[in-house]
Amino acid sequence: MAGGSSINVLEQFELHPVLGGLGEALRFSQSPLYMIAAVCLVLAFLYFGMRPAAVVPGRLQAAAEVCYEFIHNMAVDTIGPEGAAFFPFIFTLFFFILAGNYIGLLPFSFTFTSHIAVTFAMAFMVFLLTVVVSLKVQGLRFFAHFMPDGASPFLAPLLIPIEILSFLSRPVSLSIRLFANMVAGHVMFDIFASFVIMLAGFGVVGDVFAIGPIAINVALMALELLVGVLQAYVFAILTCIYLREAVAH
Amino acid sequence: MGVITKTVRAGLLATVCGVSLLAVSAPGAYATGMPQLDFANPLVTGQVMWGAIIFFIFYLVLSKAMLPGVARVLHDRSQRITGDLDVARSAKQDADKAVAELQQARKDAMAEAQAHLQKVLDEEHRAAEQQMQEINARLASEIAEAEKNVAAEKARALSALKEIAADTTQALVQRLTGVVPDAQLVARNVESASAQRSI
Repeated sequence: MAGGSSINVLEQFELHPVLGGLGEALRFSQSPLYMIAAVCLVLAFLYFGMRPAAVVPGRLQAAAEVCYEFIHNMAVDTIGPEGAAFFPFIFTLFFFILAGNYIGLLPFSFTFTSHIAVTFAMAFMVFLLTVVVSLKVQGLRFFAHFMPDGASPFLAPLLIPIEILSFLSRPVSLSIRLFANMVAGHVMFDIFASFVIMLAGFGVVGDVFAIGPIAINVALMALELLVGVLQAYVFAILTCIYLREAVAH
Repeated sequence: MGVITKTVRAGLLATVCGVSLLAVSAPGAYATGMPQLDFANPLVTGQVMWGAIIFFIFYLVLSKAMLPGVARVLHDRSQRITGDLDVARSAKQDADKAVAELQQARKDAMAEAQAHLQKVLDEEHRAAEQQMQEINARLASEIAEAEKNVAAEKARALSALKEIAADTTQALVQRLTGVVPDAQLVARNVESASAQRSI
């Protein structure tokens, strides 16, 4: 690449221990550090937003209340009356992902949602929760869902494996969707940024043409802001849909 | 859902484009593989452990402290609004009742005034009628009295007329003839003449 020095677009996803040897021993990289930052950001937003507890809310309080009501409506509308019990979990999930996605958009920061280990852990947690809730609510009738109602018994050997497979692939699709979106966005940022450096090597003409990739990166930032909230929403709404199936009698 | 699937598709497409661009522009980077898939690195798996702890703490703080606080504020507000609405509704009911009472009172007062007016009018009417009757009666009695007086005066006048007529006749006859006429004859002739003229 430019100047012979290679720009590695995947370098941004590398993990480094923080606090030196202590971080290495505790397996504490910058990823958990950004998780803590994201969590603190959300908690600070809610704390300072709700501190006035005014009947007529100010801007920050109105924003905090909108967040609460948005997730609450999503949980109750999608899951049903039982959704109120799952609301704190959905809220935690949505804002953990949203804050992670948005903190990752800051320059020189790290996006923990771009790690498949993190997204898969969250998706697997959702998967386990739906299985546990299903078994608790429906008992052994839960397994009847793998044979669709009204289907011919002759199709059972075909349908049941397909249904089981689609059920088991839920955590995979849930985790890869978020992971891939985040990785793709950040790789694109890096590639277009590297084009700027590459073009800078060509002198004045390069400087002029370098406006192109910069403009694209600005547009990409707008797109990534949309993708960040959308992916958090998709993750949360799919969790709600899985939980609705779990609590359905 | 259409927007979401489109975005997901766009995201996957972007990944494919990114990875192929990567393969073209930085073969070295591609060869080393994605750091996310390097599961031999203890830091990669360490994220899961730390993530679980942080997520759990986040969940506890939200579900025990933050979200109930927001719920309380929202609940208080909705209760206050319903309370205020109830107060406003009862105030409106009171106002409606007061207006109805006022209207009723006005109607009653009007009816009473009308009745009173009617009574006064009737009384006045009756009194006027009575007075009229009294006046009429008095006038009638006065007229009768006057007529009686007139008749008496007339009778008196008429009786005096005959005397005057007889005296005049006597005087005329005496003057004309120089003979004093028989008073009884003159009186009889005056009588018959006045009877003839129905005096």
